[in-house]
Formats: sequence, structure tokens, C-alpha cells
Amino acid sequence: MVSAELHLGVAIDGAGYHPAAWRVSAAEPAALFTSGHYLQYAKLAEAASLDFVTLDDSLALQSGGEEVVRGRLDALLTLSAIAPVTSRIGLVPTVTTTHTEPFHVSTSVATLDYASRGRAGVLAVPSRTDAEAAHFGRRPAPAEAAAEAENAEVLDVVTRLWDSWEDDAIVRDAATGRFIDRDKLHYVDFEGGFFSVKGPSITPRPPQGHPVTAVYGDSPHAVAADLVVTRADHLDAVRAAAARFPGAKVLATVSIVLAETAQTARDRRRELDALTPFEPVGLSFVGTPAQLAAELPRWAAETGVAGFHLRPAVLPDDLDLLAGEVVPALRAAGAFRSAYRGETLREHLGLGRAVNQYAVTPGA
Amino acid sequence: MTKQIKLAAYFPGVNNTTVWSDPASGSQIDFASFEHLARTAERGKLDFLFLAEGLRLREHAGKILDTDVVGRPNTTAVLAALSAVTTHLGLAGTLSSTFNEPYEVARQVASIDHLSGGRAAWNVVTSPDAWTGQNFRRGGFLEREDRYARAEEFLATVRELWDSWQPGTLLGDKENGVFARDPGKFVHSGPQFDIHGEFTLPRTPQGQPVVIQAGDSGEGREFAAKAADVIFSRHGTLEDGQAFFHDVKRRLSAYGREPGELLIMPAAAFVLGDTDAEAAERAREIRYQQVRPATAIQFLEQVWSRDLSAYDVDGPLPDIDPDPDAAPLTWGRVRHEKDPAALAAKWRALAEEKKLSIRELVIEATARQQFVGSPATVAGAIDEYVQSDAADGFVLAPHLTPGGLDEFVEKVVPHLQERGVFRTEYAGPTLRDQLF
Repeated sequence: MVSAELHLGVAIDGAGYHPAAWRVSAAEPAALFTSGHYLQYAKLAEAASLDFVTLDDSLALQSGGEEVVRGRLDALLTLSAIAPVTSRIGLVPTVTTTHTEPFHVSTSVATLDYASRGRAGVLAVPSRTDAEAAHFGRRPAPAEAAAEAENAEVLDVVTRLWDSWEDDAIVRDAATGRFIDRDKLHYVDFEGGFFSVKGPSITPRPPQGHPVTAVYGDSPHAVAADLVVTRADHLDAVRAAAARFPGAKVLATVSIVLAETAQTARDRRRELDALTPFEPVGLSFVGTPAQLAAELPRWAAETGVAGFHLRPAVLPDDLDLLAGEVVPALRAAGAFRSAYRGETLREHLGLGRAVNQYAVTPGA
Repeated sequence: MTKQIKLAAYFPGVNNTTVWSDPASGSQIDFASFEHLARTAERGKLDFLFLAEGLRLREHAGKILDTDVVGRPNTTAVLAALSAVTTHLGLAGTLSSTFNEPYEVARQVASIDHLSGGRAAWNVVTSPDAWTGQNFRRGGFLEREDRYARAEEFLATVRELWDSWQPGTLLGDKENGVFARDPGKFVHSGPQFDIHGEFTLPRTPQGQPVVIQAGDSGEGREFAAKAADVIFSRHGTLEDGQAFFHDVKRRLSAYGREPGELLIMPAAAFVLGDTDAEAAERAREIRYQQVRPATAIQFLEQVWSRDLSAYDVDGPLPDIDPDPDAAPLTWGRVRHEKDPAALAAKWRALAEEKKLSIRELVIEATARQQFVGSPATVAGAIDEYVQSDAADGFVLAPHLTPGGLDEFVEKVVPHLQERGVFRTEYAGPTLRDQLF
């Protein structure tokens, strides 16, 4: 059977997922606080026509000692800074939902969608650490179930706010003196368990209607979004995650260490671990690009996931091999598209245009 | 010595300051509009681009106002995106200290400073009302005194966060495996905020991003004198400007600051023409387009708190008095009059004296600082204001989105440069390099 085409996203955090990556990467540590660093990787991913790049975030400093990367830029703003200078790659920042204002989350993601002309997504992640709570001082860190419920509520109201302007609300009708048709603007009047929001948004409906929403799906309390990323570390658990969210595109995280021979890849992994011992996130792959290109379609078929969220151990090294060798091998096997077929992230992912929940006009 | 003029560009977004019905008027939302204005401003070697913020759509008589330009993107995301398409232009945005938290704002502004290589500025404002608060978790509102107390403590806390990584904390020693030493812990315990922990960013290229303050009250002036780098003001005449300038600069010494450490930059519109007469005619047309009949009536209703739709905009002001007991009719970006009856009486007298219709009165009453004339005249007037200490420079508010700044940059900036009062090259990579 010809395998279905996979969806592939790639993490471009710091110097790579491995905590020792910054020591072996060609990138200078100070570059991690510049936009050029992330732009370079986004362009690599775009050249390979991957679906999207992600950037992690949190409202606290990374844990770990002085030997690991600490400090990071706001992920949404960093991807906003590369939006105008890329053209096709999807941009999916992590946005934390516990201490922030849902109204601001809605407008900032919508604005990323405008700046990228329809390539924005958002990975909504709750903040559950005491450190983050102490940085805001308004409330204690929530328990897991409450944090996930609130996360779902934030995504719900964010989506409503995107819809609070119908697509054709701006009329600029000089004859009647009306700039907008206010019947096409809607109060969301959201009353949830955690907050209420009146609406409408201050930002008109973004180009995609709904930028792509994503969540991590490993918590038993997690609620689905357009994309669900599972960080399960073995195939049975990935299969279970995919089964839990039948309406979503489920992607499995794979941490990768690549090299031209399997032995060199294992050596690379060992050298990195010798610098800083580390257990990778999600499925772990250490081997050659050809082996990875053979494994991904097989894993997808076995588990039912729509694709993978790949975490290169070292940037740009593992991303170079991913883009330069894994992707061509997947294409040769018919498991990955040869070029972008559309302009927007929703199009890349095969998600239809989002229906506006408030629109009275059919099709709007 | 001849003072050097500071110039910023205001993005002409919402409300009735732009002429949206003009065929040359483009989108106030699409990123291309922001990019156009930013590139124009940078071509003109302007100091910075300035974005306002809105947190709820304006309403009038219980309905969303539909006559003015409505809708804008998120300030921080636009500024971050603009950092990619500019190299020297400062990027200034308004962020409310009421519906945000210090850790978040400190991080966003510091991120923009890093991403832009040192070009970020934050305009600290307070948000007044529970009506806006309905869009936020924080919800409620703060009394006027508490708003400034919160704003001051907010800014001080943000600065503690910006300063919390000492220079040299980010080591990046690959050989010995030291990425960063432990950054300093911040502890802020005050009436408004009780927070502690570690900041997530090294010191930014500017160390401290530029802080702007807008506000004209005594509290606002004092806050600016104490803590701001730039004050964004609004003063119509040369004399008003000079009085404000001297008052604010006088306040600086109490905080151990020199007069040059706080720049006064009023908002100013401009209208150009080949001749002064042509510009004056254009300016008149623009004002009539900005204050269309519906806008004039709505403006009057804000003060009267009554339905005045039956009145003829080309006729005299209503002879009835404002409703003293009515709730405000308009919400969002308006000043709620403390004494509507007195204001109505003042306007009525003004209208009678100058024989003004409703529309003409509104045009006159809502007039802002504007420079009208040929490019040489406008350059001369701006220079005169600055050299005579009515301002350090201006935040230019074009009336067309996004192309309204183009002719200023093409025609007025060269005059200023010839006069030797405006730069021909940027002084350095950061916004502070341009301003100070």
C-alpha cells in the first residue's frame, strides 16, 4: 500500500533539543537571542517544504544549571519577526495560557496570521510551575485538571474572538458613511469557569479564519484542537493518543540524532550525553537519514498519526540532514509532498477553511 | 546651539483621524500597510514609529461605532514583525499597565529590543474603565489615583526585571560548558505587585528599552519627569507648548535628571501643498472629511448625553442642555466630561461668537496641533517650535493609511536637513543612539 503523505513540523528551539547542543553547534550562544538564528532554521525548513516550525516558550527561566541554555525570547514575537521574511512555512509558537489574557492571546496570534499572510498556528500550553505563578503573583500554580480545563477554555474564547468579526465586516461604504457593517461584528459574551470576555475582538478575523490551534495531548485532561502533539515515548502510547483524538491531526514527537552511518549517529548521541546526560522527549531516533525515512511512514501506519513533530538534537546539523536527506528520501517513497500545494498553514495541513460560528451569511 | 529635531511617525489606524473614504486610503490591518509606513519613516531617517493600542471597540448609544475606522492588530506582534523589515527605525508601542502584568510586558518589550537589535520603546499608559475591563481576566478598574500608582510601580518592576541579568551573566563558554551564570533573582514586594523569581532574558541591546509616557495631568507630568525618556503630549499653540515644556523640564531636577533626559514630543498632523494657500484649502477639505455629519452629531452627543440626531449639522448648536443624570453615551477613547453643562455653554458661546454650525464647531473644538503649508513653510514652523522650546520634536500623524507620510519624507525632511536641524544618517544602531 502507498503510505499517506505525512505532515512534518520541526522544533527550532535554542541550539537544538539536546541540552549540550549549544556546545557543539556552530551557532554562537549569543545568537540565540537574535531573530537571525531562528530565521535561518525556518528558511531551511521552508526550503524542504515542511509544514511548520515550532518554538517552545514558558513564563519562567528553563530549569537546570549553568551548563544548559537558559533564557529565551518570547516565542510568538520571535516568529512574528521571521513572518515577513519567509513565505510558506507555518509558524507555531507556544503560547502559555494560565497567566496571560485570552484577549491578548487572540489578537497576537491573529496578528501573526496577518504578518505571515495565513501561516500562523498556536500551541496552547498551560503554566503549571510555582516559578511561573511567582512571576505573576496573582494566583497559585493550578493543578493539572484545572490547568487543562482552563487551556481548553482559552482556546474556545480565542476562537470565538477570531470569529467575532465576519470576514466581510469592513464595508467602507462612503455613500452611507459606514466603515463597518456592525451587524457583522459579534459580542462573544463568554462566561467560563475561569474568566469572562465580552468581545468583539479589536482585530478583524485573521486570514485563515482560524489560525491552526494545537495542544499537547498527553494529559488525560487534554482537550483536542486542530493539531494534537503527543510526546509519548513508545509506539503503543502514540497509538493510544491518536485514538483519543479522532477528529484532530495527531502528530508524534520524535527526537532525532542523525549521521551518515548508524555508528556515527550513536557516537554523536554518546558524546552529547557525556557532556550533559539527557533523556530525549517523545520517540527517540538515532541513526541514518535513510533509516529515519524508512521508519516514519511505518510508525505512522502502525499508530495512525498524521505525521511527526521532529526535534533535531543539534541545530543546524540535524536539521540540515533532515532537510537535505530525510525529506528527499520520504518524497522518493511517496510519503511526503514534493512542494507546497497552498499558501496557508491550514492548506498545508489539509484543514479546510474554518467556518465562522457567528456568521449569518452562508459561507462567511 | 541649534537643537536637533526628533521626529516619529504615528501609524494612522483607527478613529476619525484618517480619511478612510479617500481612494488612496488603504488597509489599517494588513501588515503591508505597517511595512509601508515603517519603510517610509526609515527612508526619512525618522526616530521611531509609534503604535497606539485599543482594547475594546468604541460604542455609541449602545452600539459599536460604525462611522470611523475600526479594527487593529496586536501592538507587540506588529512591532516584532516590523523589526524584520527595518534596520534603524525605533519601534514604539503602547501597552496598558492595567490589563497586563509586569513580567509579561517586561518580556515582550525586552524580546522586541533583542529582535530589533536595540530599537524598542514602550509607551506606558493606564486604562480607565471597567467597560474595557470586560475583555480581561483582571476585569475591574482602578480609581484614577490607583492607576498612576499601579503604572509607576509597574514600570519600576519592569525595570527591575530588565536589569536583573547583570552584564556578563550570559557567558557562552563552550569550552568549559558555562552557558549562563545564575542570573540575579528579582524580588518585588509592593502595594500593587508581590512577585519574585528570575527573568528569562539577558540585558537587552539598549539595556533599558526607551520608555514613553503619554498624559497631561499633574500626575502624568510628574510620572514622566520621574521615569520616562519621552513624553507624548498634545499642545496646540506655541505658547501652550512652551508652558508645558518649561513645566515638565522644571520637574526633572527633583529626580536628579537633566532637561535633555526627557524629550517632549507632541502629536502633530500636517497638510502639505505646493503653496500655503493650496495646503490651507486641502486642510479644510480634510477636516470636513474627518468630521462628517454623523461624526459631528456623535461628538456632540458625547457631551450632551442625549439623542441629537434630529439636529441639522449645518445649523446652530442645540438649545437644550446636556442631560446631567445620563450615563455616558460613548465608550472608548473619549474623554468623559466632568462638567458637560459648562462645556456646552462654552461651546454655544463660541459658536455664536464665530457663527459656527454644529459641524464647524466640532471641527474647531477637536482641532489638533497641525502644520499646514508648503514643504518649506512646514519645515520652518516645525523648526521654530523646536528652537523656541515648545517641543523637542513631533510625533507626526498622517491622515492617510499607509501612504500619508510619503510626501512629508520626500518634501519636508530635505528642508529640515538643509537647515541642519535633522539627521541625514542614523547615529547608531539603537533607538537611544537616535534620541540621546
